[in-house]
Amino acid sequence: MTQSSGLHFKTTVLILIMISVAPLGDTFLGKGMKQIGAMPGWAPADLFHFFFRAFTNGTIWIAIGLLLAFFIAYLLVLSWADYSYVQPASSASYVLIALLAHFILYEHISLVRWAGVAVICIGVFAVGRTSPRTPEHHSW
Amino acid sequence: MVTQVVLYMMVVFVGTGGELFVSRAMKTIGEVTDFRPSAIARVVGRAFMLPRMWMGISLMALAFFALLGMLSVSKVSFVFPSTALSYAAGALGGKIFLREKVTPQRWFGVLLVCIGVVLVFVGKS
Repeated sequence: MTQSSGLHFKTTVLILIMISVAPLGDTFLGKGMKQIGAMPGWAPADLFHFFFRAFTNGTIWIAIGLLLAFFIAYLLVLSWADYSYVQPASSASYVLIALLAHFILYEHISLVRWAGVAVICIGVFAVGRTSPRTPEHHSW
Repeated sequence: MVTQVVLYMMVVFVGTGGELFVSRAMKTIGEVTDFRPSAIARVVGRAFMLPRMWMGISLMALAFFALLGMLSVSKVSFVFPSTALSYAAGALGGKIFLREKVTPQRWFGVLLVCIGVVLVFVGKS
């Protein structure tokens, strides 16, 4: 395996992990927050009460666990791949989010929104065909 | 409505700022080549010693709270695709702050993502 194909392979594996666990986490997060109800306002007491209820909800913690798994995969892939490559490439998860929202949360998704998700995916495909790492740079 | 717009802006721009800090921190650590759990734990431990990582995590935490606020009133199938606007902010931030070479093809992909986000907004009703 060449260095370049090895780079693509490990990048692909980690991005696949990211786009698998993140949509599940997001779906659980949405389900949990619907159980909490709408944010009452910006007053400190309102915010405290709102987030206290959120962080004592089991569904939210399942979501946080899945999103932590996503975050670790994300950290690892960012150790070698460009941010401007990883970020759009991982957005393929939006298709899965839409599917999970439709079939698990029973959300109605209009045709226009499905078209939007499809266009996002085509954009992701275009980004995914570029090299994950460009020459050294860093200014800060 | 104003609350939703403020929360949306926080998710997109504060979240992207946080991810740029995290990306910069991880580039400081260097490429991960050992994927054994103990090696991964060491890498994560080293990353959490960096101030940039904490700056990034703080901003991402703030964006996460805003996301929870959005999810409490809006559909999952709207919230997540709509926040894909952060991809445009991310590509721009990657180019400006991380000096990444964003190729025309990558810009084209980002443009498509933005068009998709607009369609998701239009299809909200």
